Amino acid sequence: MRDRGIIWMGLALFLVFLTLPAWHNLSARVSAKGPQPVPPAGQKQCVAPVEYMRTSHMRLLLDWRDSVVRRGAQDYTSPDGRHFAMSLTNTCLRECHSAKADFCDRCHNYEAVAVPCWDCHMDSKTLLGSVK
Amino acid sequence: MTRLLSASATVLAIALAAALAGSLEGVRTVLAVAVPYAAFAVLVLGLSWRVVRWSLAPVPFRIPTVCGQQKSLPWIASSRLESPHTTAGVIGRMALEILAFRSLFRNTGSRLERGPRLVYREARWLWLAALLFHWSLLVILLRHLRLLVEPVPTLALVLDRLDGFFQVGAPVVYLSDGLILVSLTYLLQRRVRNPQVRYISLFTDYFALVLLGAIAVSGMWMRYFARADTVAIKQFAIGLTVFRPAVPANLGDWFFVHLALVATLAAYLPFSKLVHLGGVFLSPTRNLANNNRMKRHLNPWNYPVKVHTYQEWEQEFHDKMAAAGLPLERP
Repeated sequence: MRDRGIIWMGLALFLVFLTLPAWHNLSARVSAKGPQPVPPAGQKQCVAPVEYMRTSHMRLLLDWRDSVVRRGAQDYTSPDGRHFAMSLTNTCLRECHSAKADFCDRCHNYEAVAVPCWDCHMDSKTLLGSVK
Repeated sequence: MTRLLSASATVLAIALAAALAGSLEGVRTVLAVAVPYAAFAVLVLGLSWRVVRWSLAPVPFRIPTVCGQQKSLPWIASSRLESPHTTAGVIGRMALEILAFRSLFRNTGSRLERGPRLVYREARWLWLAALLFHWSLLVILLRHLRLLVEPVPTLALVLDRLDGFFQVGAPVVYLSDGLILVSLTYLLQRRVRNPQVRYISLFTDYFALVLLGAIAVSGMWMRYFARADTVAIKQFAIGLTVFRPAVPANLGDWFFVHLALVATLAAYLPFSKLVHLGGVFLSPTRNLANNNRMKRHLNPWNYPVKVHTYQEWEQEFHDKMAAAGLPLERP
């Protein structure tokens, strides 16, 4: 009977929680600009069309891994007929996306995606330089 | 069965309409901007309206349903959680109920065996499925913060890591995704297969389950198979939260199906059984202390009743009664 105040406070608290993303984004002046990954300077075309790479690069990399590790097949033919060695470090990183922090990490941090790639693969520019 | 079919047909119709609207240039704006805002407004206002109306309902007496010894004499042990007489006990009891579904844990089933003999037994699958479903739903909702807030809050990060602990495939398979599908399937088949439960199941029972299932399936399909452009989705979602919505080019049919179904759920929630989200906190049989013998709870609307006692009555008719020879308390 005399619990109205408590009930209304609870309701208000719930509504604050429900709308917390809006309060946070408005107060922190978050914009819908996006992560804006930096594409590599020299190259124009990735190993597959950009729409495919944007949504499915992880599938491609897993296919590469399975192909190299389990079948020993190293050669990848892109949809437009070019040939690449299936290697994250030597092909993706060394030839184009050397700046992981400006490319991979931008979107992965934006989306909170923890990729296990770097548990094994070299990722820093300096290390890459010393690898044969 | 017709109720299940009509509920499924309704959900399917919403999904198909959303897929169609998402592919049409003009209608997409309505679906992507107007519908989410409207659904959210309905959710907030509808839920507030329901809760405020409940809060105005008078609860003059303690009516807890208890499962333990009431607090009475000091040398009789009372059950503090099952029959609480203090506020702390009530909070503990409510926490057990809301976080662990204590009362559902006591669920029993009955069966007529040969003899005929009526057998009661514990039936905890419902409790387990309900608990799995609700916790999975909570984890999934909190995980969505990574697509709504920038930078991503730590809670969402931790949940994401725990939920994708086994790192199966890419995108990583979430445990809660599997659990919510399993539990929803159990809850639906229970309504269909158990004759007694089927008899009392209404359209709204099936609709809620099918709608939640369709939301889960569309979300999972978008993540694991259709692989929607999640960066564009997050940009769109943030645009909605800062009230500068930008209509995305085309995020794929599955995204619009997911969005429309979630909007349906949000708008449907305050006016359906799903409003137990708020109602569970306000059940007077659970959230009141069992202290009827310790405290006197007066009815607050007791108004002064005009009474005419026998003494007054006798005084009024004293002379006439005395003349008639009737016995008097005060001669």
